[in-house]
Amino acid sequence: MSISLTELWVILGCGAITVLSRVLPFAFVKSLNMPAWLISFLSFVPITIMTALCCESLFVAHAGHLATLNVANCLAAIPATLAGVLTKSLLMVVVVGIMAMAVLRYFSIG
Amino acid sequence: MSPSLTFRTGVRDVLPTVFGYIGVGLAFGIVAHTSHLSLLVVAGLSFVVYAGSAQFIITSMLLLHDPLSAIFISTFLVNSRMILMSTSLAQYFKHESLTRNLLIGTLVTDETFALAMNKQNKTNGKLSFAWQSAANVVAYLVWGISTVVGAILGGLIADPTRFGFDFALTAMFIGLVYLQLISDKHLGMTLQLSVMAFVALAYYFLIGVMSQNFALLVATVAGCLFGMELKKCR
Repeated sequence: MSISLTELWVILGCGAITVLSRVLPFAFVKSLNMPAWLISFLSFVPITIMTALCCESLFVAHAGHLATLNVANCLAAIPATLAGVLTKSLLMVVVVGIMAMAVLRYFSIG
Repeated sequence: MSPSLTFRTGVRDVLPTVFGYIGVGLAFGIVAHTSHLSLLVVAGLSFVVYAGSAQFIITSMLLLHDPLSAIFISTFLVNSRMILMSTSLAQYFKHESLTRNLLIGTLVTDETFALAMNKQNKTNGKLSFAWQSAANVVAYLVWGISTVVGAILGGLIADPTRFGFDFALTAMFIGLVYLQLISDKHLGMTLQLSVMAFVALAYYFLIGVMSQNFALLVATVAGCLFGMELKKCR
């Protein structure tokens, strides 16, 4: 159990940066009336950010070259997506996804 | 997911996402342990910084002895998407007091944001302080505890990815994006699918020329602008 001065500064500094990124928008939105275009823009944030977060684990980046697919993640994504279509349950998507990945790893696929 | 917005429903709704937190939290703890961070530092990062992907980056930068300024800038860039999410989410809490807004804002994450967006599709665009706080607090505690447990187990488990737990987070986002797609009646299926295809393509090309975190942000903003234009054309 030890902590260096650098580590302490990193925790406090990064903590402050993160909390401000999260909290300041709440303070602004509370006190300002947002223009219609901004509300329209923000209505697309959920679907775009979630798609981008999915892509982050389905693609593998190669600096200066085109990305390739993360084969194991893409394969496990198929039964996970099917589970979502069939059950509409988030829990089932997660459970089926983990099981699919465990099977892939067992047979060393991807 | 039921339309109820009580604290108890919040706890129940957040449970499926807990797997993602446990899987990635354990992984972070193990990585931090192998990067020679003490339990105190792991707990500090998880409970004070509380930012999944940023914590991995901070850990590797600490290991490389990068300067503080570089660590701060990276953290800001990785978390700049929080600004978009918080601005989006805050609209649902305008009627609540400033203190309550600040409390909710303090613990917003990718996952609780996505969950809240799914929820408001079921409740005619309403969210409550009790429901959101339940989701936020459960997520926060599970994340912090998982990372500390991961750091303790660090030396014991040879390969945690063998059981597929690392895929929990990806699976969770797949589930959330699918539920969002079928339940957002305002935007509709065709418009959302077009926007999703645009974001995926943009991200695919962008990660060749910029860092993944920056690509994520650029693809998101470009996707929103694309969606706005497409909506106007209809």
